[in-house]
This record gives sequence, C-alpha cells and structure tokens, in this order.
Amino acid sequence: MLDKMILGRYVPVDSTIHKMDPRSKLLLVFLFVCIIFLANNLISYGLIGLFTLILLMLSKIPIRFLYNGLKPILFLIIFTFVLHILFTKEGEVVFNFGWLEIYDGGLRQGLFISLRFTFLILVTSLLTLTTNPISITDGMETLLHPFKKWKLPVHELSLMMSIALRFIPTLMEETDKIMKAQMARGVDFSSGPLKERIKAIVPLLVPLFVSAFKRAEELAIAMEARGYRGGEGRTKYRQLKWQTVDTLLMLSLVVLTILLVLLRS
Amino acid sequence: MRITLQDVEYRYQINTPFEHLALHDVNMDIVSGSYTAIIGHTGSGKSTLLQHLNALLKPTKGSITIGDRTIESGRKEKHLRAIRRSVGIVFQFPEHQLFEETVEKDICFGPMNFGVSEKDAKDRARKALEQVGMDEEILEKSPFDLSGGQMRRVAIAGVLAMEPDVLVLDEPTAGLDPRGRMEIMDMFYQLHKERGISTILVTHSMEDAARYADEIIIMHQGTVFKKGTPFDIFSQPEQLLELGLDVPDTVRFQLKLQKELGVRFDRPCLSIEDLATEVKKAMERGNR
Repeated sequence: MLDKMILGRYVPVDSTIHKMDPRSKLLLVFLFVCIIFLANNLISYGLIGLFTLILLMLSKIPIRFLYNGLKPILFLIIFTFVLHILFTKEGEVVFNFGWLEIYDGGLRQGLFISLRFTFLILVTSLLTLTTNPISITDGMETLLHPFKKWKLPVHELSLMMSIALRFIPTLMEETDKIMKAQMARGVDFSSGPLKERIKAIVPLLVPLFVSAFKRAEELAIAMEARGYRGGEGRTKYRQLKWQTVDTLLMLSLVVLTILLVLLRS
Repeated sequence: MRITLQDVEYRYQINTPFEHLALHDVNMDIVSGSYTAIIGHTGSGKSTLLQHLNALLKPTKGSITIGDRTIESGRKEKHLRAIRRSVGIVFQFPEHQLFEETVEKDICFGPMNFGVSEKDAKDRARKALEQVGMDEEILEKSPFDLSGGQMRRVAIAGVLAMEPDVLVLDEPTAGLDPRGRMEIMDMFYQLHKERGISTILVTHSMEDAARYADEIIIMHQGTVFKKGTPFDIFSQPEQLLELGLDVPDTVRFQLKLQKELGVRFDRPCLSIEDLATEVKKAMERGNR
C-alpha cells in the first residue's frame, strides 16, 4: 500500500549525485529553492528546467519510478494551475465562454507557478532519493556547526533528526503489520462509509503508539548501555569529503544564478 | 475448507527499483481438516505465503482457491470479509494487535466485525479465554496491564473467538517459556482434533512440526522445496541439514548413533518413546 511512496526515501544507485558530499547537496537544494524565485520569464524557467533535468539524469533515478511517486502531487499542481487560470485577471482576454474569461496573465501565472512547484519538488526529493538519511544529518550537523556559538543544540537536533529518519521505515513496516493483523480480524480500511473508516483507524493507531513508545524507551536504554552521553568530544566514523564534483556543481549553480539575474525582465 | 494454490508468484513493490521476488511457482493443496507445517529459513517466503491464505496479499501471478472463492492475479477483489472470517491468522507476536480498553472488548472485536451480536461475542470471549487457559477475571482488565505471555494468550483468544474453519499460525510460541509453548501448542492440536479445524503452522521448531503435523512443506528460496509426511521428510535428514535446516533432536540422536556406533535404524523416530523402543531393538540385535 505504501509501496509507491517516494517522499523521504533513499534509492541506492551508483551515480555522480549519490557520490556527492551531503553538505554540497544540502547547500545546492537550499540555494536552488531561493534562486527559483528569481525566474520570471519563459527563458529563465527553461533554464531552471534544463538544470533540473541534468541533475535528474546524473542521479540515474528511473524516470518512471519518479513519475509514479509524484503522481499524488500532480493533483496539487493541476489544482493551483486551474485556480490561477480562473482567478488571475491580468492582461488580455484569451478565451471567453460567457461567464468564464481566461486572461493571458492568468495562463502565464498558472504555468509559472506550476513549473516552479514541479522543479522544487523534483530537486528536493532528489536530495532524499540520492542521499542516505545518516549522510543528510551528518551534513546538516557540519553545516550548522557555526551556530553552536549562539547556543543552538546542533548535535542534539541532528541526533533527533537521524533517529526520526531512521525509524520511518520501521514504523511503516509496523503499520503494515498491524494493519494486516486487524484486517485479518475483519477491519476494512479501504472501503465503507467515511465514518466507519475513521473508526477503523483506532485499532491501528493505539498499537502503533504503544510500540513506538516502547521502542523509544528501549532505544534510550540501548544508547546509554553503549555509553552515549551527548555530542561533547565525539569523533566521527564517516568523514565527509568535498570533491571536485561538488565544487563543479556549486559553480554551475553560481552561473545559473548570474544568468537568472541577467535574464530577469 | 480446502485451500489450493496454483503457480503462485508474488513480487513485492512491483515496477519499482525495489521490486523483489518473494514467491514463485508455489503449488500446494491444503485439504480440509489437515494439519500442515510450513518450514523454512527466514526469507524463504513463509510469511508472504501465509498472507495469501486469507487474501491479505493477492498473487502477482497464478491463483488461489479458498473454499469456493478463487482469487486470481490481476483481478480486483471485493467482499473478502467472508474469507477473512473463515481463515483466521495468528500473526507473529500477536500481542501487538491488542488495542481495546478491556480484554473482553478486544476478544469481541473480531467476531463483532463479522456481524456476531454483542451477547454472542461475549459468550465466545469467555469460551476462547478458557481455551487459552486463562481466568475469566481478567476480562475486565486492560490488556496492557498483563504480562507478555498473558497478552499473547489474549491475542490468540481474539482470533479463536472468530471461530474460523482454518487456523493459520505464524510461530505462535516465539518468545514464550517452554511450558507456555507446550500448553499453547497442545491447545491448538486439541482444537484441531476436536473441531476438525484445518491448521497451518509456520514454525522453526522441527520438534513441533514432527509432533503435530500430518504434512510438512519445506520452503526454500521462495518456492516449495519438498513436501510429505514427517516420516518422509525426516527419513532423509542429510538433505535438510544441507539446506541449513534443523532436524528433531531424536533424529539427530539417531544420526549420531549411526555415525559413532554404526547402529542401523530402519526409520526416523519422531518421539522420545519411539526412539527408546528403536534403540532397545537395535541393542538386542547387537547382543545376539
């Protein structure tokens, strides 16, 4: 049931993007999210599209898998597109069916916003698809390190994040197991009236919470038993390594930014 | 109720990079009123297989006939409730499925989902609780206040109260103490004998398989490796050991005697009494 979900999932393939330093990938995504707002005409959106496409090709993630995983979000994109077409009243009228008037401004806006949305989702999911969760938190911890001066509990935050990420698949598995056990006892999760379906969630949630709390406690004990006492003086087993690819991709992003600024109309 | 599997194949996460073949070319016929043990390594496809037995999973190829319903690959199936009622599954660590405020409500949950009235369900809860060897007084307790072993029994009672025609057990005694194991396994066997419930037991314990089952099915790498009566299966113990599977202690003892003392046995012994008689026979032969 949850098979097709790709949000937050890591696909282990051997590719350039996979081998990149998580720090550069994080920076790349962060900056990309910022500069996408610079684009305001067709050429600049085309440029960003090209950049996204190159990243996707480099990552070797099967396009069909990506498409299937993002299908649920497609609805949201189409929805925003339609909203813009209906309610933005700028520029000239393109179509006119009685009460319904479509302006070219609305068409433009709708197209741009949906494109922006698509690129954002593609690039951000690329981060989690190509980087295993531990590396993401490692990169995050190093990047946030300077903020320690201002009393930001960087180590604790990244630990929390890695535990959360680590347990997503476990909880999914657990959900699947409990769902099946309750289905075998006659619960129907997928059909019937809405009220019944909401009621059907209780036999799923209660055991899930119980086991999550138990797991948390066991994990805390296991960590203490292995001598964990915070991030002070802790060294790392996996060292992050900045490579040429990372520099190259960061540079390409800088070039992209300059181009976008120049192309602004 | 008869269950027949025909050329069943199952792939997890089909059409994704994570696709993986869990079962292939599985054919079996589980006759009404039989006791079948399914044995295999972890990852041999046992658990996937048993989820097909009440249509929790549908085969990606092939078909399964459960009673008078046939589940085929590629077809949308509706109204599976009747199948779920007649095939009860006790999953591994069933205590994880408890959720109600009281033991009574939890045991009644299954039957009431299948349309049993509250009063009847309560009667069934009492009966089921007695079957698993627990006192009525815990009916009003919260299941979360019980010990692990008690929770297990309550969860099993929850499945028994559905009064299924077929009972599928996935390592029902994993993690229990030896005495609890015996009690629970004996209870299932008694149910099988008295009410003619077809029982399918997935287990790692060769002792249990040898003691209770009429037929043993050995799964290996997603398909049926061998099937037969316990005698058939354990008369070639070397084959099992090669697969990395165990044989009952009694058979292992025979093998050892054969190797160390050259004693020949005509057949595998599946109980201690049986073994004692055979050893005695062999010794008398040797003395003469």
